[in-house]
Amino acid sequence: MLQRTDSGSNSLTVEGTRVDLIERGGGRPLLFLHAENGIEPAHAAIDELAKSAHVIAPTHPGFGRSDTPNGMRTVDDLSYFYLDLLDQLELREVTLVGVAFGAWIAAEIAVKTTARLARLVMANAVGIKIGDRETRDIADVFALTEPEYLEIAYCDPDAGGRDYKSLPPGEVAAAARAREATARFAWSPYFHNPRLKSRLHRIRIPTLFLWGAHDRMVGEAYGRAYCAMISGARFETIERAGHFPHQEQPQIFAKRVLSFVDGK
Amino acid sequence: MRVYQFSEQPYYPTWNDHSGSLRVILPNRKCDPRIAADLFHRYYDEYQACDDLGIDIMLNEHHQSATCMSSAVVVGLSVLARATKKARLLVLGYPIGHRPDPLRVAEELATIDVISRGRLDMGFIKGIPYEIAASNRNPVELMERFWEAHDFILKAMTTHDGTFNWEGEYFHYRQVNIWPRPWQEPQPPVWSTTGSTEQARVLGERGYVMATLGTGYGTRKIYDAYRKSYLAKFNRAPTADRFAYLGLVAVAKDKEEARRRGHLIAGYLRTSSIVHLPFRNPPGYLPVEDNARLMRGETPPRSFTKDGRSINMHAATVEDLIDAGILFCGTPDEVYAQIVDFCEHCGGMGNLLMMAHGGELTHAQTIDNLTLFAAEVLPRLRSYRQPDAEAAAAVVAA
Repeated sequence: MLQRTDSGSNSLTVEGTRVDLIERGGGRPLLFLHAENGIEPAHAAIDELAKSAHVIAPTHPGFGRSDTPNGMRTVDDLSYFYLDLLDQLELREVTLVGVAFGAWIAAEIAVKTTARLARLVMANAVGIKIGDRETRDIADVFALTEPEYLEIAYCDPDAGGRDYKSLPPGEVAAAARAREATARFAWSPYFHNPRLKSRLHRIRIPTLFLWGAHDRMVGEAYGRAYCAMISGARFETIERAGHFPHQEQPQIFAKRVLSFVDGK
Repeated sequence: MRVYQFSEQPYYPTWNDHSGSLRVILPNRKCDPRIAADLFHRYYDEYQACDDLGIDIMLNEHHQSATCMSSAVVVGLSVLARATKKARLLVLGYPIGHRPDPLRVAEELATIDVISRGRLDMGFIKGIPYEIAASNRNPVELMERFWEAHDFILKAMTTHDGTFNWEGEYFHYRQVNIWPRPWQEPQPPVWSTTGSTEQARVLGERGYVMATLGTGYGTRKIYDAYRKSYLAKFNRAPTADRFAYLGLVAVAKDKEEARRRGHLIAGYLRTSSIVHLPFRNPPGYLPVEDNARLMRGETPPRSFTKDGRSINMHAATVEDLIDAGILFCGTPDEVYAQIVDFCEHCGGMGNLLMMAHGGELTHAQTIDNLTLFAAEVLPRLRSYRQPDAEAAAAVVAA
């Protein structure tokens, strides 16, 4: 079912939904779920991870060039897509790694079943509501200008800025599609599922929370509270990184993940 | 031709007192409810004057905005359904994709139709991008919600022999049976707006009245897209009454006074896009391809003059707005000639949505504008013979 496409990346069809997929490296299987800014900013981290793991990094339905199936509109839907993908590829003892929006998907997968999972890594995760109804846990990024967004999402705002006028058309379209897909899945309730918090106790595999320390879109206190809801989960910060630590510190990010895979 | 008067019922006293956004985030402390009350009463007086002058009435709604105080259009419709006697009441429109409860919309509009004894024209619209922040409706699936709400409202208005069940993608009801039912059969006429040829095609297939705003001498291609799909669906040409156009109108006995009025009314255009940047284009509101073009810095012009020059209607001079067919302005003779010229360009346009009040135009100026228009322009427009509909459609078909 895994097919090589003209562009060199792989393509996978799961229950009729075709997605792009990067498969690289060897060894223990690692399913990488990208953040809301898409797969391109994750390439460096994927390369690092692939030095010691068999990395499978799909582009989520609705993002990049992947299909958007009719009626797929929640992260719950995405989690079932990935449960089907794990079954189809017959993966076992998988390390599931999600960043930001991808970590929300990871949590939604893990509360359903961890049968194919060995470990879980949640980086700058969203997906739950911590504060009261008038407290915004997660900055309203759709009410910010691009410079304002880069300022709170990155340790170094220049790391996130992209010059769309000089990028290839495919990458500009992918960025536009990432923005639309994020809204599709995270518009309201905003970046969370009100039901998820009460299900987190079901995650009983070793879990690591990584947190880019300069994330001002979702603060560290939110991450620590989230972490405390999963039994035995460990919390570590990554310096000189914001909401996308895999993008700003790909080597450190990969090192922390791989060392966790090694049981350290 | 029918002519509808339209005002956004603006709270203009704050127009020079904002921090870059007249919509969404402008604190409502800047709204003095006493001034707002005076303005509302004035605007309703002007609408009632239209009823006496033989001009029909159009209302709309926007949210969290000093450009338009009509935030719940059913309120204005309710006031006017009772206070007027002859004018048709066009709501253009009702942003039904944003509404949580289309049953409530069907009940409200059916009631307005009954109280007005069948004078409601029912415009359903997507809503401009800035409305998303207020409703918090997901912009990605706004049109899917819109069409389901539309289907539900029409079904609710046309089902008369007991309840029906509705378990759709977005809305769920089990015992639908609205009271009262609408006065008009099968339901009040349906209108909508667009600026795109693709949506024009969709509206043409349904035969709804289609309105455009600010499209000036670029209107013909949108109308032609409608003509093409209407012709394919109904096997005949759409008549001019299927088309509507929102134009600013400033009439005066002398040309200079008309220009002054035109400039004040165009305050509507100068202020309408003063919105904090992130609210101007929420993700999913436009197709991905359009957003990718915008990200690359490509912003296609929207308004054109008769000789093909593009203008920015939000900053244009009175003369440019006249050249672009966005403002009809001058003596009664000039305004009549401009409107007829525009209709000929369109291949027929049977509903002028006339903004004869906008911005800081005073009550006295507005009443004079309306009165002069009703006396010297409207009668001639009523007897104006529209271009041949079959001929206009034949060009498209060929």
